[in-house]
Amino acid sequence: MSRSGTRSGGRAIVVAAMALLALLLWTVVYPNVAVIAGSFANGLVDWREFVHSPADVDALRGTIIVSIGSVIAALLIGVPLAFLLGRTEFRGRRVLSAVATLPAALPPLVGVLAFLFLYGESGVVTRLVQRALHLRESPWTLTGLTAVIFVHAYTMYVYVFLFVSAGLERYDTTLDEAAAGLGASRAMTLRRVTLPLLTPSLVGAMLLVFMSALGSFSAPYVFGGGARVLATQILVSKLNGSMGLAYVETTVLAVTAVLALLLLRRIEGRRRYTIAGKGGATRNPVRSPLIRRLLPVFASLLVIVLVLPHAMVILVSFARDGAWTTQLMPPEYTLDNYRQLRADRELWTPIVNSVSMSFMATSANAVVCFAIAYVVVLSRAPGRRLIALVSALPWAIPATAIALGLAATFDRNAPLQLRTLLVGTFWILPLAYFIRNIPLVSSAIEGSLRQMDPTLEDAARGLGASRWLRLRRVVLPAARPGLIAGTMLAAVAAVGEFVASVVLYTHSNRPISVEILAQVRSLAFGTAASYSVLLIVLVLAITLAARWLEGRGSADVRPIAQA
Amino acid sequence: MIGSAGGLALEGVTRRYPGAEHASVDDVSLEIPAGELLALVGASGSGKTTTLRIAAGYEPADAGRVMVTAPDGTRRDITREPPQRRQFGMVFQHYALFPHMSVLDNVAFGLEARGVAKAERRARAQAALDGVGLGDKSARAVQALSGGEQQRVALARALVIEPRVLLLDEPLSNLDPTLRQSMRDDLRRMLRSSGVTALFVTHDQEDAFAVADRVAMLSGGRLLQVGTPETLYREPATREVAEFVGRATLVPARRLEGRLAIGEGPVTLHADSPGEDATLLAVLRPESLMFTGASERAWAGTVRERRFAGGHAVYRVALESGPVVELSTPASDIREGDTVHVALAARHVATVAA
Repeated sequence: MSRSGTRSGGRAIVVAAMALLALLLWTVVYPNVAVIAGSFANGLVDWREFVHSPADVDALRGTIIVSIGSVIAALLIGVPLAFLLGRTEFRGRRVLSAVATLPAALPPLVGVLAFLFLYGESGVVTRLVQRALHLRESPWTLTGLTAVIFVHAYTMYVYVFLFVSAGLERYDTTLDEAAAGLGASRAMTLRRVTLPLLTPSLVGAMLLVFMSALGSFSAPYVFGGGARVLATQILVSKLNGSMGLAYVETTVLAVTAVLALLLLRRIEGRRRYTIAGKGGATRNPVRSPLIRRLLPVFASLLVIVLVLPHAMVILVSFARDGAWTTQLMPPEYTLDNYRQLRADRELWTPIVNSVSMSFMATSANAVVCFAIAYVVVLSRAPGRRLIALVSALPWAIPATAIALGLAATFDRNAPLQLRTLLVGTFWILPLAYFIRNIPLVSSAIEGSLRQMDPTLEDAARGLGASRWLRLRRVVLPAARPGLIAGTMLAAVAAVGEFVASVVLYTHSNRPISVEILAQVRSLAFGTAASYSVLLIVLVLAITLAARWLEGRGSADVRPIAQA
Repeated sequence: MIGSAGGLALEGVTRRYPGAEHASVDDVSLEIPAGELLALVGASGSGKTTTLRIAAGYEPADAGRVMVTAPDGTRRDITREPPQRRQFGMVFQHYALFPHMSVLDNVAFGLEARGVAKAERRARAQAALDGVGLGDKSARAVQALSGGEQQRVALARALVIEPRVLLLDEPLSNLDPTLRQSMRDDLRRMLRSSGVTALFVTHDQEDAFAVADRVAMLSGGRLLQVGTPETLYREPATREVAEFVGRATLVPARRLEGRLAIGEGPVTLHADSPGEDATLLAVLRPESLMFTGASERAWAGTVRERRFAGGHAVYRVALESGPVVELSTPASDIREGDTVHVALAARHVATVAA
């Protein structure tokens, strides 16, 4: 996008840009460099060990299988669902639409927990099938890479669904009509016209699924069984004290992620077209009477499958700990799980920790990322391209790798090496959350600022407004939608964060997610589930607060449209 | 000449969108003989695009039939056939060119769908592009073409499959005015030389007059009149047709024993008008009036506006009796603000029901 307005220069901006760059180099780049350097600390010894260790080769293979498998599974569910809901009209469409994105509202570990309750060896669905078929043993075991891919399919198809739905929304349906008019069958139209034009959406979603699956920790950790993936292997090596090997594993994981990113971006870049025309999808009723009758049944089943995990977590949160053993459903229900969360200091601490750490991290994100977006979009400060690049970096690096980088960098006080001791203190987790969410928040704010007419700031300057006044009355209102959406997503991610937390937490700053895992380990399912429900409620509260803020301010921002 | 060209007939076609109060297309019947170019005109919302989409098969008809007619007069009902089976060509308003394909691949797509071998379909697509004057642009990306060129590609893509009938939705509306003028002539020439039967939709009567053999006017989903451009201009069937087609001032008139008295003031102008006695509206076209000296057979008025248009000038004159009429005369020295007298230049004046 070319910006016609005069960008802000000035010495204050240059100083701010330098400060931002220094902060980003220190918190984002330095830890990763430290990891890579750490992997070579013993020469090539650790790399040799990695190559010759069957467990590591296995983990690398497992990681790639899980990532590609998750992408395929998410595509198989997400693409047909997007077409079904975006292109056809049937009874039950609205309900299905409403719950289709529900899996995304589950914090990562909570989804895994719900699957354990439902489809685990002693899960409700598993036992139901076992009884119905009069089997002596459970019909399946939820372990290994297949189980991980199964869980990922449920949580990650949402990305594909959302991206493809958005693509279909913008899609110019006259192109399909033109193809049909020229005699193309439906299959040919789909293969030669519709899908090629949806490539950017598909690739964007595939990238997101691939990255999430690559860095996914909770599903392999809980369901992996004997199967290994790099993300969990890193923690194993760290706990074993083989830091060198952990650095090698982290480097391999990060490099895999960056390679995948570059590869998919290349495909995407070759397939970008502007689609002119009216767009706007039309939904057609199904013609075949058989399918028309079956669709509502299928939709109802799908709705049940989608709602079941949430329902199960809520149900189990009222189950008395230890009472649910061999029965189909938990036999005893109580409010004690919730009562003790408040009463027991040990149980209350994680809640206070999660809320306060996510508040701190997100506040820092709001301030720093606004500054990043301002410098990148509205200034001419030197180094702004580098700032843009570095601020996007944490997105491409799996959370485990970020966490290990922080562990490698902030493990001692060495001011000359720009190191300070944070590992083992409270502050390491807010820092990790902050770093992970930099790309999310700054890109959201950049998006809003790019929509602002760049001449507005010039106009304000021409009217004699000081820099501060311009910032407050012109730039901030323009940034507001992205600022609210970005910080909301960051707060949601931080409050339920698990992957970086499990690498870096200490007893005193353990967050809710880590505590859930501890409760599951000690078979206190009721307590684990009540934490999960609390987490879902927190996520809901953050979302509603953001909606309310958006609604209040929207009138100030919208009317300025750019030609 | 396209061998498979047939005629198209709509019989009582009706379409009412769910929840809409009035039908978008209301009992429309049209007959387009093989090789004719018929323009469907009307204001936006008149139902012309819906009619076209029903003919193409993109929109179902709630009632009525769509038929194709063979040269020997046999008719076949295609109302239930999906678009891909109708063998029609369609040119969309925004062209709907596939942005991920080259110009040649766009044109060859319909042949690919028909299973034509690669070498042959490339040759035929190239020939079609030559036919619209774009033979040298076949390897280009469609997005690198200008609007006029895209329009030609869309036309070539629709014609190369040798359609029974060609349907065009506002084919000229996306072009800038100068290009539009020349494209009108090109379009008519290209359609004529292909011999295709064509139904095209436009909201611009000048487009319709320049390209079509006959014009059908729709309003509120109903067909008001079908005829040659001359018929619609000289003998409009209704007030709406008179106002939509060409410039006209409608002035109250009374017909008495075959003579028409035009005007409500003290001075009335007179013209021949066979028919029953009635109260009517006279359709005064700019060329049916002229300036004259003061007389009992002339209306007095003041020139409000003068617009020079090459060989002639167009005047808007506010009559003393109230109405503002438009006159087209050879350029003269009459200026804005002058007091003038206006008389009938023609013996015959069209009338419509009041």
